[in-house]
Amino acid sequence: MLKVSDIIEKIGLDIRVSGDMHKYVTGCYISDLLSDVMAHSKDGELWITLQTHPNIVAVAVIKGLSCIVITNGRLPETDTVKKAESENITILTTSKTTFEIAGLLYNILRSE
Amino acid sequence: MNVEGCFQLMGGDFTNAGAASSELKSTLSKLGVSQDIIRRASIAAFEAEMNIIIHAVAGTMHYVVNNGEIRIILTDMGPGIEDIELAMQEGYSTAPDWVREMGWGAGMGLPNIKKNADRFKIDSVVGEGTTLEIVIYMRKD
Repeated sequence: MLKVSDIIEKIGLDIRVSGDMHKYVTGCYISDLLSDVMAHSKDGELWITLQTHPNIVAVAVIKGLSCIVITNGRLPETDTVKKAESENITILTTSKTTFEIAGLLYNILRSE
Repeated sequence: MNVEGCFQLMGGDFTNAGAASSELKSTLSKLGVSQDIIRRASIAAFEAEMNIIIHAVAGTMHYVVNNGEIRIILTDMGPGIEDIELAMQEGYSTAPDWVREMGWGAGMGLPNIKKNADRFKIDSVVGEGTTLEIVIYMRKD
């Protein structure tokens, strides 16, 4: 199974907060509705979102997600970065769209 | 086993949202509670915590772990819920637009709590506040 660090290398994502890079990526969940992520994401999944505020870190902690990927060139807020650092949650960013990242990730995870 | 804890929650304090539930989660991990039970308790606690931060002025989360169950009680000084049946419907929300832009207020909070709880009770008085009691059994029997 691929680790967060493997995914970063394969897709070329920018590291904003370097948390536990050795976490295994069990799959992917995509949503900008936090309650939806709370209800349907699974342990170890990589989460793609447009949300940048601190609550995304809390959701990732509670759900045991492997990392957060923020797309479309958006950047995490300062408070989000601080919180992620203290909670050891990896935040990655990209100028690519959610669709592009999902496509790349789908091929990588499927071929594993 | 008898472990309990209490957290103060401030309405509008989105920056610290989830802190109480994260601490509950790590307490349950230390107690050796099974992963599935921890997952359900943390989801229910977090949704309830968010409801207080979104809707109330202030509130408390109190949890007790004993007799094979986790009991989480949340009491708030909030607007109260006018129609509990309606509030329990998936998709119904009274959250303001700016909260929705953050990805909350999808009307999934209370249904999510109910889904993850073995027992769930709401008491609410309009203009005074709401109390939620969430119970999750640690044993299957």
